[in-house]
Amino acid sequence: MAILQQIIDRRLSGKNKSIGNRERFLRRYKGQIQEAVRRAVSGRNIRELEQGEDVTLPRHDVSEPVFGHARGGDREYVHPGNQEYLKGDRIARPEGQGGGGSGSGEASDSGEGEDDFVFRLTREEFMRVFFDDLALPHLVRTQIAEVPEWKSHRAGFTSDGTPNNLHVVRSMRGALARRIALGGEPRKELKRLEAHLLVLKAHPQAETALIQKEIRETEELIAELRRTMRHVPYIDPIDLRYRNRVKTPVPSAKAVMFCLMDVSGSMDEARKDMAKRFFMLLYLFLTRHYERIDLVFLRHHTQAQEVTEEEFFHATETGGTVVSSALVLMDEIIKARYASGEWNVYGAQASDGDNWHQDSGRCRELLVDNILPVVRYYAYVQVAETEQNLWQEYQQLEGVAPNFAMRKVSDAQDIYPVFRDLFKKEGVPA
Amino acid sequence: MITTTERPPGAPVLPRSTDLPTSRLERLPSPSDWTFELIETYHTEIAKTARSFGLDTYPNQLEVITAEQMMDAYASVGMPMIYRHWSYGKQFISTEKNYKRGHMGLAYEIVINSDPCIAYLMEENTMAMQALVIAHAAYGHNSFFKGNYLFRMWTDASSIIDYLVYARHYIAECEERHGLDAVEDLLDSCHALMNYGVDRYRRPQKRSLAQESAQRADRERHMQQQVNDLWRTLPRKSEQATESEAEAARRFPSEPQENLLYFIEKNAALLEPWQREVVRIVRKIAQYFYPQRQTQVMNEGWATFWHYTLLNTMYDRGQLDDGFMMEWLSSHTSVVFQPPVGHRAYSGINPYALGFKMFTDLRRVCEKPTEEDRRWFPDYAGTDWVKTLDYAMRNFKDESFVGQFLSPKTMRDFRLFAIRDYQSESELEVSAIHDDSGYQALRESLSRQYDIGNREPDIQVWSVATRGDRSLTLRHTQRNNLPLNDSAEEVLKHVARLWGFDVHLESVDSGGRVSRSWKAAAPKQNY
Repeated sequence: MAILQQIIDRRLSGKNKSIGNRERFLRRYKGQIQEAVRRAVSGRNIRELEQGEDVTLPRHDVSEPVFGHARGGDREYVHPGNQEYLKGDRIARPEGQGGGGSGSGEASDSGEGEDDFVFRLTREEFMRVFFDDLALPHLVRTQIAEVPEWKSHRAGFTSDGTPNNLHVVRSMRGALARRIALGGEPRKELKRLEAHLLVLKAHPQAETALIQKEIRETEELIAELRRTMRHVPYIDPIDLRYRNRVKTPVPSAKAVMFCLMDVSGSMDEARKDMAKRFFMLLYLFLTRHYERIDLVFLRHHTQAQEVTEEEFFHATETGGTVVSSALVLMDEIIKARYASGEWNVYGAQASDGDNWHQDSGRCRELLVDNILPVVRYYAYVQVAETEQNLWQEYQQLEGVAPNFAMRKVSDAQDIYPVFRDLFKKEGVPA
Repeated sequence: MITTTERPPGAPVLPRSTDLPTSRLERLPSPSDWTFELIETYHTEIAKTARSFGLDTYPNQLEVITAEQMMDAYASVGMPMIYRHWSYGKQFISTEKNYKRGHMGLAYEIVINSDPCIAYLMEENTMAMQALVIAHAAYGHNSFFKGNYLFRMWTDASSIIDYLVYARHYIAECEERHGLDAVEDLLDSCHALMNYGVDRYRRPQKRSLAQESAQRADRERHMQQQVNDLWRTLPRKSEQATESEAEAARRFPSEPQENLLYFIEKNAALLEPWQREVVRIVRKIAQYFYPQRQTQVMNEGWATFWHYTLLNTMYDRGQLDDGFMMEWLSSHTSVVFQPPVGHRAYSGINPYALGFKMFTDLRRVCEKPTEEDRRWFPDYAGTDWVKTLDYAMRNFKDESFVGQFLSPKTMRDFRLFAIRDYQSESELEVSAIHDDSGYQALRESLSRQYDIGNREPDIQVWSVATRGDRSLTLRHTQRNNLPLNDSAEEVLKHVARLWGFDVHLESVDSGGRVSRSWKAAAPKQNY
């Protein structure tokens, strides 16, 4: 009888079978997971933001209840490894544990203890939760940005292609090289024979039969060689070279993000930290929609200047505050560098709202006349509670300009909700 | 059946089999890396050896899988496929986490009670481990599945895979039609009652998948009709009802029902046909696993005994070399290690250790019985060990296997002792130890420990208020005054979700008094 057997290599099939179950698990604990992501966002800096995150669920939440016995009652257990006991020995009841040591029947149920259930979200899962329900407002272009445009450009030569891409010079160069390579030895020989023939013909005793014979033989060899050399083709399919064209994705949508921040003395570390997180979030958010994002950091007190990211977040200056200086500078930079129409301009401004009194009205005018018409979105975040004149001026824009939004943030914990609120999808509650 | 490779420190090395080689055979190559040809060669030799001992198995299908796939299989209760549910995701996540952090060795084998019998070989295993898995799973477990009476009675190996495919598709369809939430809630509730979804005494009909599907529509229609019949909204006029009819109406069901899921499937008035079918699916799968829950010691012991015996026989015949033996033996010893009580790795009696020891000892009783063995096992001492072991494998479950075959020698070797823990007493008492006066008591006590009826609370459908608020009353009959745990209330809510009306649970002590009761209100959304 043949042995019935079958060995199957399953290794390449059915990977990630559990992914559907994992999705259902994440779906079930969506609330807790969102909460964990919110916490992570408020506690991290931007370089680490796009990592996974440990999510802790109370053991009780993930447990699946079944009928079972509790402690108490009358029971008897058999255990292995008796060292000293004799029948009738009495033992004090161990603290905390029922059932004499530990229950053997329920060992697997109770053995897990009451630890929390901790698992790690992958980076993708983290980002999915993070950006859940968020979308860029008032944007048509982002739709395009999701599908990269392709640009075709030349990239060297290939040996395969269509006739219209045939590169004649390259092909001929190849043919010549081949002919040289293949024809080298015979040609040398031919030259030698021709020289030899000349010598023979010029020989004083050229008429002698011996010499005549050699002349004939040499001529035959020459003819033979010429025939061979004709067999090296002038041009061969392998010589053909075609212009190669490759497609590369071109960023069809580019964005520039202006970060404006007040660095006057009243902007302390905590406030700057809040502003920073807001910018980070915006940056991260934009990276989901644009392939290329320029960052422009403008800080200001009474005067504005463009600085590096490092300087932006880490320098503190003192003095008065003229917010409009930054807006003027922003306008100038847009005109100088980002006016081509290829750029989606975003503005994000953070301030404690403290401004030189006469300046706030001018800020509003600058926004209305120069900036709002050219930006996709402009968000103003006030990192202080008290409403000052800048807030009041800006409030006149709210609702009037569709691409302008303003919110107050008084605690780092608020950043994410405010951000969600500012950038929420139409019709989705934050 | 899942076998783990967790290796407690200081595991003792077992003595080698004393079998004398019958004939020398050619040595098999034993590189550490396996190849498909090599697996085939080993499988052929192991199969021959198994046949020489008369092991009767389903045909084998060996599947090589990756560690990740093993975790997948592990997460879906060891089945090659099962419907989607969050709890399997939870299982996968925690398995993966433990595995990645090195907290546990992965199961090195999973074997499925199907025809052909599917055994998974993990890619990472060495050749020696693959041979161990083949001997253990493809010949040990496989022959147990085919031979043991509980499996023969309750599981239909030829149709389980088809049924799981059907269940998965059906539930996916339900998710599409009724939404993920509705299906998830329903499955949660069914899972909570899974252990109470089995028939203990009646044998189900064996049906093919085709019949199953063909009958589904009929069943749905018929069942709905039955349920409607039960819940006729217009009560008969009282003068027309005779005394006996009124009596019958007061008691429904006429006898307590142990299979809660079956009762719900047949009688819950508000379930839609698809929900009934899902209840049925969970019930069927619970039934499929029921024999496994009752034969862990035997099944693992049998498989361990046979991998040990088969590979040693092959070694004695010269087919295996020393290095090969050392490798699988180290894994074997860790699996059958029994930490003593008080050891930090102790978590009750290791079923591998006990089962392996009992089968090994039974062979000893047959081959070299002592005077004590003759007294204890007059029917088995000195008989043909292969036949006796086969008989033991076929006709028992853990409870009766221990009751019948636990020998004094095994009790001494394990140094077993029984601890009595009565709630009325302030101290625990050692009620029996491994001495002459204790053997019988120990054996009975351990046997009771494996009685599934003792391990799980006895909860049955007691009555339904057919004329009143349609509430369902479950009754917990306390054995040895064991109280229910805190999950009872949660589980009861699941019962209420399925039943659709209020549900009561009464816990009745040994004196017949209701000592505690719970109530779960009907879920609102059903109205």
